[in-house]
Amino acid sequence: MRCYRAHVLVCAGSACVTLGCHPVKEAILEGIKRHRLEEEIKVVETGCMGFCEQGPLIVVYPEGVMYCRVQAEDAAVIVSEHLLKGRVVERLLYRDTDTNKPIPFMKDQPSLSKQIKVAMRNAGFINPEDIEEYIANEGYFALAKVLSGMSPEAVINEIKDSGLRGRGGAGFLTGSKWEFTNKAQGAQKYVVCNGDEGVPGVFMDRSILEGDPHSVIEAMAIAGYAIGADQGYVYVRAEYPLAVEKLRHAINQAREYGFLGYNILGTGFSFELNIRVGAGAFVCGEETALLASIEGRRGTPKPRPPFPANKGLWGAPTLINNVETLASIPPIILKGSDWYASMGTEKSKGTKVFALTGRIKRPGLIEVPMGMPLREIIYDIGGGVLNNKKLKAVLAGGPVGGFIPADYLDVSMDYESVAELGTLIGSGSLSVIDEDTCVVDLVKFFMEFSCEESCGKCTPCREGLKRMLEILTRVTEGKGQERDIEDLERLSDFIKNTALCGLGQAAPSPVLSMLRYFRPEFEAHIRDKHCPASVCAALLDSPCQSA
Amino acid sequence: MEATVEKCRCDQNTELEKVIAQHEGEKDDLGQIKPGGNGVVDASSDNELIKQQLESIIDEYRGKPSGLIQVLTKAQNLIGYLPAWVQTRVAKGLGVSLPEVYGVVTFYSYFSLIPKGRHKVAICSGTACYVKGSKTILKTLRHVLGIKTGQTTPDSRFNLEVVRCIGACGLAPAMIVDGKDVYGRLEPEQIPGILEQYA
Ligand SMILES: Cc1cc2nc3c(=O)[nH]c(=O)nc-3n(C[C@H](O)[C@H](O)[C@H](O)COP(=O)(O)O)c2cc1C
Ligand code: FES
Repeated sequence: MRCYRAHVLVCAGSACVTLGCHPVKEAILEGIKRHRLEEEIKVVETGCMGFCEQGPLIVVYPEGVMYCRVQAEDAAVIVSEHLLKGRVVERLLYRDTDTNKPIPFMKDQPSLSKQIKVAMRNAGFINPEDIEEYIANEGYFALAKVLSGMSPEAVINEIKDSGLRGRGGAGFLTGSKWEFTNKAQGAQKYVVCNGDEGVPGVFMDRSILEGDPHSVIEAMAIAGYAIGADQGYVYVRAEYPLAVEKLRHAINQAREYGFLGYNILGTGFSFELNIRVGAGAFVCGEETALLASIEGRRGTPKPRPPFPANKGLWGAPTLINNVETLASIPPIILKGSDWYASMGTEKSKGTKVFALTGRIKRPGLIEVPMGMPLREIIYDIGGGVLNNKKLKAVLAGGPVGGFIPADYLDVSMDYESVAELGTLIGSGSLSVIDEDTCVVDLVKFFMEFSCEESCGKCTPCREGLKRMLEILTRVTEGKGQERDIEDLERLSDFIKNTALCGLGQAAPSPVLSMLRYFRPEFEAHIRDKHCPASVCAALLDSPCQSA
Repeated sequence: MEATVEKCRCDQNTELEKVIAQHEGEKDDLGQIKPGGNGVVDASSDNELIKQQLESIIDEYRGKPSGLIQVLTKAQNLIGYLPAWVQTRVAKGLGVSLPEVYGVVTFYSYFSLIPKGRHKVAICSGTACYVKGSKTILKTLRHVLGIKTGQTTPDSRFNLEVVRCIGACGLAPAMIVDGKDVYGRLEPEQIPGILEQYA
């Protein structure tokens, strides 16, 4: 391997591609050529670095200087000043949102200082298209360790002891799931990676698949060994073409290097991996629906039990894990369960990736130890509310989650504490809303989402949600009645308890959460025909605004 | 408790073909028949080239019902939508009943029974985008294009859709054109300029 004096990392995550990172990269390469620096400087395309809002991003190593919102025109200056003369280009540096002071080094980014990257350890640092870079960062070491000296039981115990819980939403203990699937009877077993990422507002699975596909591949092979499966499927949603491309490339490379396929590393263990691309349906993220979709059918959920661990893909025992869950596996195997379990709280161990979005200064992906107070996440990492407005609430769990109002910002972000507030960590979506957002309007919007995505198989979800939407629509139009609150509560309760799958069971949550924390605002819509946030068009005094 | 109606084998294929054809007919009357999608002009069943290409797509999964979604995706990419004759061929090729194919086509939002404009303009309907004002962007799009969501412009140039989160939440509000060009941090004033790039 050749040694370079400097590396220029160009973020090529979806957001930066959107913002035009490729022309920037071309321009830098051109500049390097012009100054004959090809032998000294290497340009690397990486996956998402997590600062999407600041893209296109470029980081120059060894110093680790980060440039943001770089345009092709800026490339020449970066080359002639920084790469040639070692002078930092100040005007392209990130500036602190409050003090406007430039922050040259990536490691000093205020949003990074409190993060610990486990599942996202490689995304943004390595070239996802080059398996050697993954290997150089201890890639496939865990697989080698497992295959060369650990029994399946030992692997399962390690995962169990780490306390890792499913990051796809339900938070089920991963080690236990592996154990059930290992014990299930069946000649053929499967490992499935859930890359459907249907909840709007999250994109960590996308980032991992695009920026570090090998970590998922390695984890799936380890899982295959642990449960006794020789075949796996990665289900990726149709909206993520770049992820599919990177993954396909990575699978081919892994096969070439002997990490996939027949007789891996000469140990006698074989494992094959296929990709399935979804076709747009939120409910397909639900595990039984996902399996139906892989089989080529309508993605409607089935009642459980039987659980996929016993009867999954084509009736065979199947292990289903989320992308982020899987990406955390190799470090746990390498560094040990104690290391992982030392982070987080008593019942929620390790780290979790959150997607910070909405009315926040620094949106993006962050990974923090579980149990961090929400206030730290929003203010220290996210930089606070946009335009210094007043924070109204943080929405956790997307359209099937609930609100964490400003008064509860000190909540510890772990599964249990968040559940006590009536919402969920879910897949890690945190959307900040400020005083200009009307919760009734927002909840109505969520109900539209749930109605649209309801698969129609069970009546409570199909019909009940529609009734709830009718009531909410009525209320935002100023036609609400006194008994609507009671009706909503009754319907919510009923649907929660009788719906077939997690979609219906969770869909009323935002409504209940609104009635719990923002009842006066809702009542104002009904009794005073007034929208305190001035959003609901029918309730505005001046009709011109958003009619 | 096992689900009882796993596979509906009722063979009402001809009946269903009629229904599907009717569905298409409706759109005929609206004058929106010109298929666009990925640039294919003639999607009628007598276009031999298209038929051949479709058959080679089917070949990969011939006799394998599990390939249904993959085949339909490729077929739609080829033709721009999934007319009745395509569904019938796919059904025969993979060995599944037409009702099953129709069931899958209508279930997944990616598939379409009607021809679309040459360019698909889709605004994200996700939470992050909503909170950052996707509503205003959608309103601007409707206004500029002069159509409602789900419709196609009379010149078949654009159709307007609302799609699920496209994973560009850090850049909210976002929209995506032709399934590949993502535009983020949108302001209403940018819309006409963006649309102009698509002939
Ligand atoms: C309506 C619904 C949608 C879901 N969507 C997803 C999803 O997009 N991605 C995901 O990983 N899990 C999703 N889940 C959870 C899966 O059913 C399943 O619990 C998960 O994939 C298991 O992996 P884990 O244990 O690693 O979390 C969804 C569940 C429901 C009920
Ligand atoms: S919510 Fe719009 S891209 Fe995710």
